[in-house]
Amino acid sequence: MSEIFEILLELGDKFAAHIVLAASAIGLGILVALPLAVWASRSQNVARVALGFASLVQTIPALALLALFFPILLSLRGVFGEDLPTLGFLPALLALALYALLPILRNAVTAQANLDPGVLEAADGVGMTSWQKLTLVEGPLSAPFVMAGIRTASVWTIGAATLATTIGQPSLGDPIFAGLQTQNWALVVAGCIASAGLALVVDALLGIVENGFAKRNRWQYGAGIVAVALGVIGALVYQADGDDDDTIIIASKQFSEQYILAQLIGSQLEKAGYSVEYRDGLGSAVVHSAVASSSIDISVDYTGTIWTNELERTDNPGREVMYQTIADWERENTGVRVLGRLGFENAYAFAMRADRAEELGVTSLEQLVPFGPQLTVGGDPEFFERPEWIAVRDTYGLRFGETRNFSPTFMYNALRSGEADVISAYTSDGRIAADRLVVLDDPREALPSYDAMLMLSPRIAEDEGIARALEPLIGAISVEAMREANYAVDREGEGKLSPKDAAARLAETLGL
Amino acid sequence: MTAVAGVSCIIDRGSFVALVGTSGSGKSTLLKMVNTLVTPSGGRVLFGGEDVTTLKQSKLRRRVGYVFQGIGLFPHFTVGENIAIGPRLAGETLSDGRIAELLTLVELEPDMARRMPDELSGGQRQRVGVARALAGDPELLIMDEPFGALDPITRDALGVKVRELHEKLGLTTIMVTHDMAEALLLADRVMVMSFGELVADETPRELLDGKGGEIAQSLVAVPRQQAEKLAFMERPEGSS
Repeated sequence: MSEIFEILLELGDKFAAHIVLAASAIGLGILVALPLAVWASRSQNVARVALGFASLVQTIPALALLALFFPILLSLRGVFGEDLPTLGFLPALLALALYALLPILRNAVTAQANLDPGVLEAADGVGMTSWQKLTLVEGPLSAPFVMAGIRTASVWTIGAATLATTIGQPSLGDPIFAGLQTQNWALVVAGCIASAGLALVVDALLGIVENGFAKRNRWQYGAGIVAVALGVIGALVYQADGDDDDTIIIASKQFSEQYILAQLIGSQLEKAGYSVEYRDGLGSAVVHSAVASSSIDISVDYTGTIWTNELERTDNPGREVMYQTIADWERENTGVRVLGRLGFENAYAFAMRADRAEELGVTSLEQLVPFGPQLTVGGDPEFFERPEWIAVRDTYGLRFGETRNFSPTFMYNALRSGEADVISAYTSDGRIAADRLVVLDDPREALPSYDAMLMLSPRIAEDEGIARALEPLIGAISVEAMREANYAVDREGEGKLSPKDAAARLAETLGL
Repeated sequence: MTAVAGVSCIIDRGSFVALVGTSGSGKSTLLKMVNTLVTPSGGRVLFGGEDVTTLKQSKLRRRVGYVFQGIGLFPHFTVGENIAIGPRLAGETLSDGRIAELLTLVELEPDMARRMPDELSGGQRQRVGVARALAGDPELLIMDEPFGALDPITRDALGVKVRELHEKLGLTTIMVTHDMAEALLLADRVMVMSFGELVADETPRELLDGKGGEIAQSLVAVPRQQAEKLAFMERPEGSS
C-alpha cells in the first residue's frame, strides 16, 4: 500500500497534464456542442445529422480515435504547414473533444425538445426575439439537463484521457500503461486510483453545479463553477511551473526493454546535469515521427523497423550497410541524429531447446534444413506472413513439417512442452536466457538485423553535452546483458525488478 | 389543411368580443394572427388601420396583451419578473410600485411579486398571466381559452374580474372560448366559428332570441337547457 502511496505522490505532473487535457477537451466539446444543439433545436435535419455523427464517433473505440488523428493531422500539414503537431496534446485534445460531444449534444437537444410548449409560446407572445428567447428562457430552463450531459462527458473524458499516453501526451495513463507492460501492479493501481479519484471529484463538483441550476441557487452553482475553475487553474500553474525547455524528453515504446533503456539513458543524462522527463508507452508507430518532429528528444529504435517503415525498403544489404544507410538517411531527411548502436539486436531469430539442438547437432539455420520436415515450428500470429520468414524460407530452402501459431507468451511454453521444436523468438528476450535456449546462427544473413540505435531529435542533435553523456552506452550493451535486464522485469515473483531498478543494475554491469 | 378559411370581420375599439367554436374550429389560429404568432397564407389583419405584418413585431406585441391558454408563466422568474417581462424586453424597468398596482388590479397581494410561479395555485397563476398581459398598457387584450384549466368558482370570479378590467382600462378584448355560457355572460358580441369559417356574429341578446343560424343555436342550446333544468329543479315542490 505504501508503495502505491509513494507512486501517487510522484504523479503530480501527470495529474496536472491530465486535468489540463481533460478540461480543454470538455471545454472544446461544450463550445461545439451548445451552438450545435441550438441549431438542432431549430432544424430537424441538423438534429438528425449532428446526433448521428456524434453517435457514430462514439462507436469508434477511444484508442482508435486517438490514433486516427495522427494521419489526419499529418495530412493537414499540407494546409497548416509543417509545424502542425501530429502527436501529443493537439490530437489528444481533438479526439477527446469529439468523444465528449455526444452526451452534451444529446442532453441539450433533449432538454430543448422537452421544454413546456406553453412557456415557449408565451415567450413569443410577450415579444421575445429568437436570441432573447434563447438566453432568457430556453437556456436557463435547459441548464440543469445540459449540465447533466457535461457531467457525463467529463467522467468519460477523464477516463478516456488515460489513453492519450499512447500518442505521446502525458497523462495518468502513463503509470497504467507502464505498469501493465512490466506487470508492476502498484503503478497500475496508482494510475487508476488517481484518474478514478479525479473523475469522482469532478462528478461531485459538477453535480453541485447541476443541482444549483435546478434549484436556481446562484450561490450553489457559482461555488461549484469556481471550485472547478480553481482546479483547472491550479493544474495550469503547476504545469507552467514544471515546464522547462531544457528538459530532455525520453520516449519508450510499450515493452520492457524500452522502459529499461529509457531509464538507463535518463540516469546517464541526470548524472551529467540534465533534467529529464519520460514519455512512456508510446505506440510503436508514432515514436519515429515524434522524435523527428522533436515532440520527444530521445528514443531507442531498431534498424530493421526503420528500414521497412521509414525507408520503405524490403532488401537486406547486411547489418553494417543497413545501419550506415539509415544514419545517413535520417541526417538528410529528418534531421534526426543517430548517435550510435547500443550493441545488441532485438531481431527475429529461431530458437530451440538446448537439449534438442544438441540431439540434432545443429547450431545454425543451415544445419537445420535437413531436419525441417520432421519438425514443428511455432511463431507469433503474424510471423509466417512477415518478410523475415519468407526471406529465411527462400534463402535456406527451409521447410517445416508443421507450422503453428502461438501468442508470444505461449510460444516459450510450447517449446518447453515439446509442442514446438523451433520457435521464432526475439533475440533480446529475457526468456531465451531463462529457458537456456539456443539461438540458431544465420550465416547467410537472411534475417534483417534489428540493431538498437540511439536516436536524437533535431532539437538536441547538435548538443554535444548530451552526446558525451550518452557516449558510454554506445556499443556497450551485449545481448546477454539486455536479456538479463529484460528477464528481471518480465519475470514473476522473487527477483522481479522495476524498469528503473533493472536499469540501475544494468548500469552497474556496464561499469557506469 | 386550412385551419382558417374565409373570415372577414371588424372589431370596434372598446368592444368585448367572444370567439366561440368547438375544438379545431380555427378560433385559436385566428387569434394568433392578430399578433403575428401565426402568419396567414392569404388575407390581412389590420390593427388600428395598419397591416400587422408591416408593424415592428416587438412594438405590436407591446400594444397587444396576450393571455395564454397554458398560462405560460416563466417558471424560473419570480411573479414580479414575469409581470415585468414585456417592458423589460422593450428596455424599460417596471417599478415595484407598478408591479404591486398590477397585482392589486387582479386581486393578488402585492408581496406575491417575490414568489415563484410554482408556489401559486392555478387561479393565482392565471391572474398573474392577466397582470403580465396588462403590464405594457395594451390597447388590445387577446385571451386564448384563458380560464380553461381553472375550477368553476375561480373561473367565474376571474371572468367577472376581466370584464371589470376591460371597462376600467378601456380595453378592446377578444376572448377565445369553447364555452358559450361564458361568452354570453361576458361578451357584448359573440362570433361563432366552425371549420375555419365565421358562421355567426351576433350580440348575446340576438343569440338568445334564436338568431345566428343552426350551428350557433346548437351551441346556445347547451347552457339554455342546463339553465332550464336547473330552474325546473329549483321550483317549489308540487307546483307545475
